[in-house]
Amino acid sequence: MGLLSKKDAKLITDPLADNNPITIQVLGICSALAITAQLKASIVMSLSVLFVMGVGNVVISLIRNIIPSKIRIIVQLTVVAALVIIVDQVLKAYAYSLSKELSVFIGLIITNCIIMGRFEAFALANGPWRSFLDGIGNALGYAVILVIVGFFRELLGSGTLLGIKVLGDPIEKTGLYALGYENNGFMLLSPMALIVVGIIIWVQRSRNKDLIED
Amino acid sequence: MEHIELFFKSIFIDNMVFATFLGMCSYLAVSKKVSTAVGLGAAVIFVLAVTVPVNWLLDQYILQPGALQWLGAEYADYDLSFLSFIMFIATIATMVQLVEIVVEKFSPSLYNSLGIFLPLIAVNCAILGGSLFMQSREIETIGLALNYGVSSGIGWFLAILAIAAIREKIRYSNVPAPLRGLGITFIITGLMAIGFMSFGGMLTGGDDEAKQEETTTAKVEQAKKAEDNKLAENTTTINE
Repeated sequence: MGLLSKKDAKLITDPLADNNPITIQVLGICSALAITAQLKASIVMSLSVLFVMGVGNVVISLIRNIIPSKIRIIVQLTVVAALVIIVDQVLKAYAYSLSKELSVFIGLIITNCIIMGRFEAFALANGPWRSFLDGIGNALGYAVILVIVGFFRELLGSGTLLGIKVLGDPIEKTGLYALGYENNGFMLLSPMALIVVGIIIWVQRSRNKDLIED
Repeated sequence: MEHIELFFKSIFIDNMVFATFLGMCSYLAVSKKVSTAVGLGAAVIFVLAVTVPVNWLLDQYILQPGALQWLGAEYADYDLSFLSFIMFIATIATMVQLVEIVVEKFSPSLYNSLGIFLPLIAVNCAILGGSLFMQSREIETIGLALNYGVSSGIGWFLAILAIAAIREKIRYSNVPAPLRGLGITFIITGLMAIGFMSFGGMLTGGDDEAKQEETTTAKVEQAKKAEDNKLAENTTTINE
């Protein structure tokens, strides 16, 4: 990697696994669970968070020396809210049905703890380039979990991926359905999102014993 | 009747934690002990009871399409709803600060128990979510908005109280090492959410509205089937 020094590259790769914002830092769970019934919604949500985190971290890092520390939370919220409005308006213009489906959860990116958490923990103390990398890294870590959960919930719940019927047609009984396979509609309901994330945490911590809590 | 229905609906059926996953971050982070969970839960009820009606007023008189009519006829066409996020979050942040100052001034004992949680609450998704759901569900009167704020706060309170009690007990159980802490909390919350789903039929049972909904969904399905048939016919004709 000629562009990134080793230390900078670590900012991107760390949050993908061993310092994942969702499973290790426990940030940004609200939106991660609610919109993962379909893979497409998870991907759109991840992209929105990626944009807001990347740009937001840079903005906060640029103005970090002029924000009075007492009102920094309001300043941060205003910056995020402005960015989220951009995302929301773009989605409404180009993907109206999807933005209806995500309903209030795009708005809730504002209070997504990942964003505030990274502002507080990183952007307030580091320069713009490193903050940008940190933002992208954490957003990607968030995206990984969202896509995994969305993948399993859509595959097992409705037998499709991105709306394409990968397991055959349940009405005409082709593909797997010819063998008597049934969709597990339970996967589409909200409690299963929690259990799927619980299982991801279980798998991750069994593979890396250092992460186990006592 | 309307009030009672909304009250029970927001506590049990549309429970903030179990049905819409709002406020999960603080729900997971502050649920290790029952006493702190009670403090945070009470603070959430309090702040929701203040912010939802205030944001309802903002929504009705500033943000909605045509809401600015009270300023004069020439303002009737304005639609400021794209500003709702920034208005809501600014109101919430200021209200939280204001509540903190007022409580500190008038009730030091309450401040001591709620104080440290109030700043946390400004960034709790449950609070902003409450206002956004209030907007998207088109709640009609300010009384109902207050009711919605208080009752969804109570729902959140119940959820965090329950999980904190379970986590205190589970410390003595033999949980598999990788699941300890966060993992088992997720799975228990999932199981609790399944339990709360059983409240779903509470207000729809035998209701005329529910029947109407059923008939409309049936109609929609019929329409879909008809469309599918047409598509199938088209494809067969094309193939021929």
